[in-house]
Amino acid sequence: MRVGLDIGSTTIKCVVLNDADELVYSTYERHYSHILEKGREILSRIDSDYLHGEKALLAISGSAGMGLADSCKVSFVQEVFATRVAANRLAPGTDCIIELGGEDAKILFLTNGTEVRMNGSCAGGTGAFIDQMATLLKMTADEMDKAAQTATRTYTIASRCGVFAKSDIQPLINQGALAGDIARSIYQAVVNQTIAGLAQGRPIKGNVLYLGGPLTFSSVLRQCFDETLHVKGTCPENSLLYVALGAAYYADESFSLREVSQRLEQYSATATYASQPPLFASKQEYEEFHARHMKATVPCLPFGADCGPVHIGIDSGSTTIKLVVIDDNSNILFTSYQPNLGNPVPIVREVLTKLYENHPNLHIASVTTTGYGEALIKNAFHADFGLVETVAHFTAAKYFMPNVDFIIDIGGQDMKCFKIEDGAISNIFLNEACSSGCGSFLQTFAKALGYDVKEFAALGLFADRPVDLGSRCTVFMNSSVKQAQKDGATIENISAGLSISVVKNALYKVIRASSPEELGRNIVVQGGTFYNEAVLRAFEKEMNVEVIRPDIAGLMGAYGAALHGKSKVAAGHVSSVLTPEQLKAFEQKVTSVQCKGCGNHCQLTINVFADGKRFISGNRCEKPVTGKASDESLDLYAYKLALLLDYKPVKGSRNKKIGIPLCLNMYELLPFWHSFFTTLGFEVVTSPVSSRALYQEGQATIPSDTACFPAKLAHGHIAELAKMGVDAIFYPCMTYNVDEGLGQNHYNCPVVAYYPEVLAGNCPELEHIPFFYEYIDISRRKDFTAKMPKLLAKYFPDVTRGEVKKAIDAAYAEYTRHMALVRQKGEQIIEKARAEHRRIIVLAGRPYHVDPEVNHGIDKLILQQGAAVVTEDSISDRVQPFKTSVLNQWTYHSRLYAAARYCTTQSDMDLVQLVSFGCGVDAITTDETREILQEGGKLYTQLKIDEITNLGAVNIRLRSLFAALDEKSGKA
Amino acid sequence: MEYTTPNFTKDMIHTHKILIPNMAVTQFRLMEAALEKEGYQVEVLGNCGSEVAQLGLKYVHNDTCYPALLVIGQFIDALNSGKYDLDHTALLITQTGGGCRASNYISLLRKALVKAGYGNIPVASLNFSGLEKDSGIPLTAKLLRKVIAAIFYGDLLASLRNQVHPYQNEPGAAEAMTEKWIRTIQGWMHEDKYYSAHDMKAKFPDIVADYAAIPITRVPKVKVGVVGEIYVKYSPLGNNDLEKFLESQDCEVNLPGLMGFVEYCIANYTITQKLYGGNVIVAGGADALLSWLDSIGNAMNAALRKYGFYAPGSFRELMEKPKGIVSLGAKMGEGWLLTAEMIELVEGGYANIVCAQPFGCLPNHIVGKGMINKIRALHPEANITPVDYDPSATRVNQENRIKLMLAVAKERLQTGAAEAPAVTAEDLAGGAPSVKTTVPAGM
Repeated sequence: MRVGLDIGSTTIKCVVLNDADELVYSTYERHYSHILEKGREILSRIDSDYLHGEKALLAISGSAGMGLADSCKVSFVQEVFATRVAANRLAPGTDCIIELGGEDAKILFLTNGTEVRMNGSCAGGTGAFIDQMATLLKMTADEMDKAAQTATRTYTIASRCGVFAKSDIQPLINQGALAGDIARSIYQAVVNQTIAGLAQGRPIKGNVLYLGGPLTFSSVLRQCFDETLHVKGTCPENSLLYVALGAAYYADESFSLREVSQRLEQYSATATYASQPPLFASKQEYEEFHARHMKATVPCLPFGADCGPVHIGIDSGSTTIKLVVIDDNSNILFTSYQPNLGNPVPIVREVLTKLYENHPNLHIASVTTTGYGEALIKNAFHADFGLVETVAHFTAAKYFMPNVDFIIDIGGQDMKCFKIEDGAISNIFLNEACSSGCGSFLQTFAKALGYDVKEFAALGLFADRPVDLGSRCTVFMNSSVKQAQKDGATIENISAGLSISVVKNALYKVIRASSPEELGRNIVVQGGTFYNEAVLRAFEKEMNVEVIRPDIAGLMGAYGAALHGKSKVAAGHVSSVLTPEQLKAFEQKVTSVQCKGCGNHCQLTINVFADGKRFISGNRCEKPVTGKASDESLDLYAYKLALLLDYKPVKGSRNKKIGIPLCLNMYELLPFWHSFFTTLGFEVVTSPVSSRALYQEGQATIPSDTACFPAKLAHGHIAELAKMGVDAIFYPCMTYNVDEGLGQNHYNCPVVAYYPEVLAGNCPELEHIPFFYEYIDISRRKDFTAKMPKLLAKYFPDVTRGEVKKAIDAAYAEYTRHMALVRQKGEQIIEKARAEHRRIIVLAGRPYHVDPEVNHGIDKLILQQGAAVVTEDSISDRVQPFKTSVLNQWTYHSRLYAAARYCTTQSDMDLVQLVSFGCGVDAITTDETREILQEGGKLYTQLKIDEITNLGAVNIRLRSLFAALDEKSGKA
Repeated sequence: MEYTTPNFTKDMIHTHKILIPNMAVTQFRLMEAALEKEGYQVEVLGNCGSEVAQLGLKYVHNDTCYPALLVIGQFIDALNSGKYDLDHTALLITQTGGGCRASNYISLLRKALVKAGYGNIPVASLNFSGLEKDSGIPLTAKLLRKVIAAIFYGDLLASLRNQVHPYQNEPGAAEAMTEKWIRTIQGWMHEDKYYSAHDMKAKFPDIVADYAAIPITRVPKVKVGVVGEIYVKYSPLGNNDLEKFLESQDCEVNLPGLMGFVEYCIANYTITQKLYGGNVIVAGGADALLSWLDSIGNAMNAALRKYGFYAPGSFRELMEKPKGIVSLGAKMGEGWLLTAEMIELVEGGYANIVCAQPFGCLPNHIVGKGMINKIRALHPEANITPVDYDPSATRVNQENRIKLMLAVAKERLQTGAAEAPAVTAEDLAGGAPSVKTTVPAGM
């Protein structure tokens, strides 16, 4: 007999084979992380039902099986390897296996050189990811598959990691996109993620085998893989058991299962893991803590007929919808807090209808909406005001603590913190897409472990040795928890550990505080997650300060909105909100289209309401709403892009075409090289402006999935150029950038400097096209002039030294002219903005942030707010070199520091920094830029961008910035 | 904004204890002895544990590379410990310079110190690139030579230990031998003995012979090479005790020596001058220095081969390895050296490679992960797995990936490796394998 045990991240699988290697028993069950108990149970079951005390060949496999196998001294088979063993036996002739598990994605190439690929530590789980998304859609995995079968369209969802995708899906839900379409889009994202992350340039073709839970259970997922790969894959019999089968086949040592099971029992008795002090030293300490927090309350009065005019605040959040009714004295009359079930509109309608029914003759004086769905709800129900959520929270916090100087809000999916100085929001921290999770993570986790979230959180309060889970994004936390469980941590200690991690994430990842004094001493905490007393306690302990948690911690946005409405309307005002009759006739139709107005191709969601009013979301500019193109005369980003696109191919004397990829530093050096080659008599063609399609074209050849998005786009540009019939592609390696004398050195970052090497090593197109990626330093003009002819001669032997010299002169002249144009236009925009009394925003990034696919039209969003946009390089020459606390050695970043310094001297100029996810250099530059700005009394705003197309969070941040600026200058 | 901490001055040599973060354990223990003899009071930090990473996270931007988090966390943890007289303690940090963000470690350290309330602690920089002229640690020529000797001897001991340990008949024999030699060489350092090139060349065979006398039984074992970002490659704190883990999996481990990195830094002066122009005298000086170092390295390798141990080729040969794969112009971080070491390992019979880097390490996107495809195309037997390290990447995950690599390696070992002939140390005793890479025309 042979036994194979496969312990995965979420399920446990076991097979028993008889001596003819026939399957006599198999099981597939969720273990809810009770790995030891489950493993023991299954082994004893097999022992008594099949082996009756006899020994059997046994091997253990699976990501959660490793430590366990070691401890009970049973041989361990790496799971991918086990899959291969099984496939070789059961499905000979297979070329490629795609296996998705609870948290792993694997691709195995079996023919033409065996290779196995697993997802990197950043790619997140796939099965767990689908589960998480199903939870978000309020569906079971089966329901989600069914819904996806009805889909008519697919949305673009970031395919990097679960948390990113989630922030793409949430707005879709909020905007009312159809669940079926979202479900299918989720499966497609999984497909893209698997291919982009794992295939890494190797084509998947031939006989493809689908294994693992998600691929077995979802027909749509299989269909998506088939369509994307242009194959017809099969999901074989026992597709869930391949790893276990492989382990059984591989097993070469006999064990008594009874003994193994006993060894497991001993193992579970040892609880060795890194722990932290308990949250409460004693019951009494808890009671004091509890009593203290019960004091922060808003008076609640009965909602009687004599309540007078009322103000309503609606906070349409990412996962919940909150509504508060207050009277003219700010007393709370009514509250509602419920999940938004994917579409907040019907819920608001229901609550309003009930209000009208229960309170005939109700005088509604104002309705104010806030949160993610602010605009949608405002338009649907004709609310009076819309308020950016940060300001709503601040307004509410002031009610509890007039001198509040720091607010932290941990909600379902987002975390917001802001510092308050002189009565205005002086600094905002929003969690970047990679560390979100917070509340909804705790919830998903509780569910995965089989608990209700409240029950789960309460478990942690009196844990004796909370697990130390560290602080990082939730995807990583998943595996830390698994590890802790294996080490024998109790559920209580894990619960407490998770609560502490949420706090550490907020403090060290989002705010990056190093001491409580830095944040302020008067802190209000809010958001639903702080109802969890373990999180609250962990926060106080970590910060070493007593904070105020209002009893309406989860309703602060709505309450603040109501207060705002109250302060805005005069006595006797009647709200414009829908009347009971209108509400009865209310209807909402949702359609979604792709805007064809410009190259951004925004995915628009159009809500049409009963009164014919349309609400469009997902747009970056006003064009789909007003039909007019945005005014670009105040947008230096648009101007810079236009300048570059003006460099058209010119037929040359040599009758040869040079291709230049429009990526990374070419966004600045195109004028230089275009002029250089055109002067030499070459025709210069550039790859087209980046697009989603272009990115996907090259995505399969990206070797490192954690490189920054602008670099990854380069693969698509090479693929495009290869189709344009060029004689050579020119993209030199440049350790050094131009030297503008602003810093101690003038490097490029390693990625910009050497990315051509990666392209040369990984893009199959370049095997057939000569690729010039020599090392060049244009900051040493004399040496460059001397060396370039030789380098060029390797590819074009007929080019003479004299010709190159002339071309180099032309190139430098053109580059200088280009930079001068940018600076001139910058000056014009600044003058025009000043004449029109507009704010000027320095949207500071690097040259390639001009790429619309990289900046996602953020420049347009800023224009929409009525401000002008200039670039960092248009003003960086206006300050003298100065000393920075970090080593100032990268040309692009020297400009950033200089621009920040210049901003501090201009009252109407503020800086917003664009940061590409994965940019290691920006880990250094962001803190420095923040300090330069804050020293000069300016707000610092950072926007982290990736392939994500959701701009909801960006918009909130920008609006908060403008609200804070208005407050500061007394315009509010 | 500037964060200033006092510079390390000459007077402090006698008054201050210098704390050094741990990296390459053996090499650093010898260096410690060299510094002590010259009057420096030094301590290579041994504190680890979760507190170190937590402090790093607290005081350094969380997206900064893992080595910076750990090194700074380790310093602050040490200062917090109460073990040191804070008025007489200084910190030494190495700086590589160049376009990698690692050249910013010292700025990040200063900032963290000020934030943590240790703004009075002097910081010294150890670098060969002329950065931080005011805070460079004062080194005499004699001391510098001793440091070089410490690295050479350390590399040799580490290499020997790793080649004997998996095959030793008596558990602990290689370890005991290494301890013995560390103490012996520390003694030499204290007595100002045997640190000259000439003496080193004479001593190498003695050391190797001693190891060769340890009784061993040669059985085929999976041979694993480790390359990567310098800190994560060597530091057990940074790589979750990678070396020990691999040994526990019954592997022979090969960590290319620390001197390679020093030589790489020196070679880059010449390479940069060749590519872009610049000071010919500096470039020539660097080249001469390289030749001198390489002659010592060659003597060491010859000694190894003489007694049947594996030794890599000379550094000049190593510089030839990346041809056709990556240019020597890629000089940020570990740059071309990392690619070169991978090829050297594959050709030397260590086809199974762990490429260790901090999560999001920029140079390694290029010279590590970016080059694997090309290396595989030229050497189909290459079995390389990149592993990312950061404060929250769990050990389970990392070890699981490594085990996958090892599963493939073990299978090849059993089936007699279809593509690559099994190369044993004895086979290689005659010399390093010749360069087999094909160089496409026009490059």
